[in-house]
Amino acid sequence: MKKVLYLILISYFAVFSADAKVIKVGKTRSVAFIQRAVDLSQNGDTILVDPGLYKEKNIIIQKSITLKGINYPVLDGENKYAIISIKAKNTTVEGFKLQHTGRSEIRDLGAIMIYDSYKVSALNNILEDTNFGIYVQNSKRCTIKDNSITAYGKDEVQSGNGIHCWRSDSLIIIGNKIKGHRDGLYFEFVKNSLIWRNVSTQNVRYGIHFMFSNRNTYVSNIFERNEAGVAVMYSSNIRMYNNHFLNNWGDAAYGILLKDITDSDISGNHFTKNTVGLHMEGCSRIKLYKNIFNNNGWAVKIQASCDKNDFSRNNFIGNTFDIGTNGSLVLNTFTGNYWDKYEGYDLFKDNIGDVPYHPVSMYSMIIDSNPAALMLFRSLIVSLLDKTEKILPGVTPENLRDNKPVMRPISL
Amino acid sequence: MKKILKYVIVDIIQNKIVLIYTFLLLLISLSVFNLESNAAKGLLSLLNIILILVPLISIIFSTIYIYNSSEFIELLVSQPVKRKSIWLSLFGGLAASLSLAFFIGAGIPILMYHGDATGITMILTGLFLTVIFVSIAMLAASITRDKAKGIGLSILLWLYFSLIFDALVLFFLFQFQDYPLESAMVFFSFLNPIDLGRVQILLQMDISALMGYTGAIFREFFGNQVGVALSFFGLSIWIAIPLFISLKKFSRKDL
Repeated sequence: MKKVLYLILISYFAVFSADAKVIKVGKTRSVAFIQRAVDLSQNGDTILVDPGLYKEKNIIIQKSITLKGINYPVLDGENKYAIISIKAKNTTVEGFKLQHTGRSEIRDLGAIMIYDSYKVSALNNILEDTNFGIYVQNSKRCTIKDNSITAYGKDEVQSGNGIHCWRSDSLIIIGNKIKGHRDGLYFEFVKNSLIWRNVSTQNVRYGIHFMFSNRNTYVSNIFERNEAGVAVMYSSNIRMYNNHFLNNWGDAAYGILLKDITDSDISGNHFTKNTVGLHMEGCSRIKLYKNIFNNNGWAVKIQASCDKNDFSRNNFIGNTFDIGTNGSLVLNTFTGNYWDKYEGYDLFKDNIGDVPYHPVSMYSMIIDSNPAALMLFRSLIVSLLDKTEKILPGVTPENLRDNKPVMRPISL
Repeated sequence: MKKILKYVIVDIIQNKIVLIYTFLLLLISLSVFNLESNAAKGLLSLLNIILILVPLISIIFSTIYIYNSSEFIELLVSQPVKRKSIWLSLFGGLAASLSLAFFIGAGIPILMYHGDATGITMILTGLFLTVIFVSIAMLAASITRDKAKGIGLSILLWLYFSLIFDALVLFFLFQFQDYPLESAMVFFSFLNPIDLGRVQILLQMDISALMGYTGAIFREFFGNQVGVALSFFGLSIWIAIPLFISLKKFSRKDL
């Protein structure tokens, strides 16, 4: 059976490669324009583009071809046009430098626009000064890999998103570097996708922003120094593993803001030096485990509108406030976390503290209801109040506690 | 005046308590910096010590010292020396020697481990607090002749500045919760030298972003050069006023 399969495969490739031809494009060659080469080509062909500067307005591809740049030929949008538009299946765009797309109030203009397509790949391109970087709409099984996407956005209104995906399914987005856009990664109505090893930094708004995008997996991405951190909303079945949320420091900046996220799994992530590491609003049934919260202003802010979320085996180290909340209703559980501010003891030497830990400090409640109390930050009275509150909780929610805090940091 | 000042300084520097104070500060600062994993955290722990310990030692030591040298003062008054210069030399001697103690005890370790703008602000604040609480101690000592009463008063003053005042502010905040109090808070911080120093240091530590709008207001006020100058001016006022009042009292006092 296996042999037959191999045979079929081999014969398929033989036929396929016999058909395919290579068209070379360059200033000195017979075909000087990429669009001309695309028009000449047939499904399965490869177009190789010599280095040089090409100003071709919008290149439209509606065939299954491979468009490949040698040594990063430059495609310039002259600040007026989108650069490549693809409406096809099995098409690849690889190894180009795309720069200066147009900006439009009416249409979204980007460097690589993928519409209604299937199995399209954008690999290893360099995008500079683009409005939208890579724009995927209504497509399936597309791959966006190893692109470097840089923009110089000044404000939210003027700039577009780095990788913008809308109403798509089964995308694979790997190893892209995105900088200076409005949102680094943007997903709306995107399902079943994998987002892996991307680096999204210094964007004007969010590092990643998704809404109504269920069943996606985010692994080993780095989101750093974005103006407002990361915000994700109205989605369910999200998996987030080993991501880094770093240095999102500012008045309204969050390491990650979760709003109406349900049935999700968040694990192995690092939240470091954010004003608010993790902000949760209206979230349900999220499992948060083995995350590290390090040196944040607030490690976690969990609104009373969240329920059935479970925090276990996380490390809370060096945060100004461990947990902040806005009400006395607590429907979430905290078990077996490490808190560096825990002052209890462990008589049985089983590494589990014998008294519960209350991670909400009184002062964080005071600040939440009365921000002007900042003036008393780190004063003697505040530490005294906090100490008394720890012993006899009155203001802070009594149920928000970790009954089994561990004594030593959990090695992750 | 120079001579008296010299006597006072030499006398205090030889004092065991001041030596112990210096040594204790040195021990605390070094151990804090060595124990904490990074220097910034060490600085934060040291902040609490400076804000509590420095005013306490300064005010109590100075009060006791003035009472103990009452005979020396009486002797000086019988000489052809102005009362003003006696009192000012006492103040100068106390302030200089305690500042020196603070600088050796805490200033040098801070410079060694964290010698940037934050560290320097912290040292300056510590020095100012030392001098301010010497000045307040002079006031307490000039009010009453009774040593016990005087020391009690100075402890009470310390308690007021480090605890009671903040409690009152907190109370006020909750009473007037519905009003925009951010600018009022800036004003309140000027009413207490410890708060003023603390806010100044915390803003250096880039914590203001934590506090949203209030932080922004504080940063806007204290974050620029004018604000820094204003707050150090405020601290200077805190030295001048108690000293001035005590000087008035001392020059009319029946010894």
